[in-house]
Amino acid sequence: MNSLTRGLLQLPAYAVFAISVGYLSFWPRYQYAAPDRAVVKVSVSHATKHIKPCVLLTPQQIAELPPNMRRKESCERKRLPLTMEVEIDGDIMLRVQAEPSGLWGDGPASVYQRFEVEPGIHLVTTRLRDTDRADGWDYSRTDEHMLHQGRYFTVTFKAETGGLVYR
Amino acid sequence: MAALKRFLRTLFLRWEAVLELAFGQQNNPVVNLGALGWYFFWIAAGTGIYLYIFFDTGITNAYASVEYMTHDQWYAAGVMRSLHRYSSDALVVVVFLHILREFSLDRLRGRRFFAWITGVPTLWLIYICGISGYWLIWDKLAQYIAIATTEWLDTLPFFGEPIANNFLNSTTLGNRFFTLMVFIHIFAPLFLLFLMWLHIQRHARGRVNPPRSLAVGTAITLLALSLVYPAVSQGPADLDTVPATLQLDWFYLLAYPLLDVVPGGKLWLILVGGTLFLALLPWVPPLKPTPVAVVSLDNCNGCGRCVEDCPFSAITMEPRSDGLAFDTQAVVLADNCMSCGICAGACPTSTPFRRARELIPGIELPDHSIAGLREKTVAAAARLNGARRVVVYACEKAGAEVLGGPDAQVITMPCVAMLPPAFIDFALSRRLADGVMLAGCAEGDCYFRLGDEWTRQRLAGQRDPYLRSRVPRERLVTSWLPAVSTRRRQHALSQFIDALRALPTADNERTR
Repeated sequence: MNSLTRGLLQLPAYAVFAISVGYLSFWPRYQYAAPDRAVVKVSVSHATKHIKPCVLLTPQQIAELPPNMRRKESCERKRLPLTMEVEIDGDIMLRVQAEPSGLWGDGPASVYQRFEVEPGIHLVTTRLRDTDRADGWDYSRTDEHMLHQGRYFTVTFKAETGGLVYR
Repeated sequence: MAALKRFLRTLFLRWEAVLELAFGQQNNPVVNLGALGWYFFWIAAGTGIYLYIFFDTGITNAYASVEYMTHDQWYAAGVMRSLHRYSSDALVVVVFLHILREFSLDRLRGRRFFAWITGVPTLWLIYICGISGYWLIWDKLAQYIAIATTEWLDTLPFFGEPIANNFLNSTTLGNRFFTLMVFIHIFAPLFLLFLMWLHIQRHARGRVNPPRSLAVGTAITLLALSLVYPAVSQGPADLDTVPATLQLDWFYLLAYPLLDVVPGGKLWLILVGGTLFLALLPWVPPLKPTPVAVVSLDNCNGCGRCVEDCPFSAITMEPRSDGLAFDTQAVVLADNCMSCGICAGACPTSTPFRRARELIPGIELPDHSIAGLREKTVAAAARLNGARRVVVYACEKAGAEVLGGPDAQVITMPCVAMLPPAFIDFALSRRLADGVMLAGCAEGDCYFRLGDEWTRQRLAGQRDPYLRSRVPRERLVTSWLPAVSTRRRQHALSQFIDALRALPTADNERTR
């Protein structure tokens, strides 16, 4: 077989290769989220209260501690779980209890969730409990918000600035 | 497992046969998949270096710099960007085909495990390179990748706080992760290159370059694809909007849509478990170890030809230990030896003409001795009773046993390059046969990597030990074909016997 014939036979092989690479590099399209919906993202990372309240140490107890470990109060390391729920127009969209992180359960508890909702004006209520109270909530926020099509609405928490944040 | 290998082998051999029509055997892309992987890596690396010159590594200007390259400098950086993408995609294609083919040809078990298990982590690195690269463009696809990757990483119990928080909305966006990605996209390819180097460490003369015509052909193809369908961005990332519809690069991002149906933790388990399974394949089932080559110091003159010819770097030359008047001696590294016998074929003492003392060459396989090969040759010749008698020396992997009959007797060995060329001279000059056929694996696709190449060079007088010039070349034929090409092999033998009919028989030549 001469080189010209061989070259001509190679053309379809190279074409198949190019088309396969080119096609799968872009197609088929992938639908990550419905384009006509809004997406609510809930992301909370918060250090809850310790499972037992801290106890103030007496001056004698403090003096008994090694100098480099002296402190005013003694706290249990382990923290309580974080409980929270998100309600939209009265429907519970998210209810979750998150355990504190870390080998000793002394790190922050985290919640990260997202869900789609119909765009429009909604009454968004978020409640959060970070203590051992039997009922009721430590933080709560209810606001009416416009949730836009194709946009994120985020629910976060910053204890130092007052608690739950909507954006 | 064996059935799966057989099935895949059949598929590959058929595909190879089709492509052989267009490319020939040496340039066949199917037998050059590993070398093509190297080639695509270098294209991606070279184009990446060029792109980095114009790339702004800050998250606020990264997208704009990529847009500049794509549109304002489309003729250079734009083409480079597309080549960068398509060569990376092509790398994934050839790497997966390479894995499947080596698996189907059973080139992973026994002492060949090293190349396999060092190849497995390269898969993860290739993906880390690709995914981090898409991240850097900071378009909507990058935004999706950033969110999906961090959400997926958050399913691992390593992070105190969700790292996906970094991409929650436009107020949380910072340079930290982006800078990390830039570093990863630079250092992951370097580590990948190190692993690729390690991957071929037990291969002498590792094939890292495809044949020139194949290299030119694939480069032109990728360039044409880059010009016809250039890679473009998918709009700037905006963490406040949902990247609803995306054009994924399925070669790199196939796992991401799976996260819609499989929980992230389970997908990690599947991928890590799959990787471990892949790494353990060389021992599924374990291969019975074969005896490695042994050196006979009394017969080794330290010439080093076995070192030159060993395809697996399994022999080294060490200072002489027996006091003979040679500087060095051959030493076999048992862990590297694949028992191919190519060293015995290279040894100048492997000559069947030797009569002075027992035929023990400087190096040989204990279960395929050169003395035994001589006995087999004599015995096979005695069984020939056709009008024209052919001794066929064949590789065990070549499936040449079917050629046996009154006209032809087949002597098999692990690799046809185990045959010292002197045996051809021996069979013909001693009138043991009218012709000799060498039957090996397909050209450029020797099971032991270099057997066909060394044999051709020895026959052509380009490599020690040469085939002596007195051997009538018309009485010698080679057949380099895959094991499944039984009919073609039989046809080649028939044609050879027909050609021999035009020549005097060995007996006639003797009496003439």
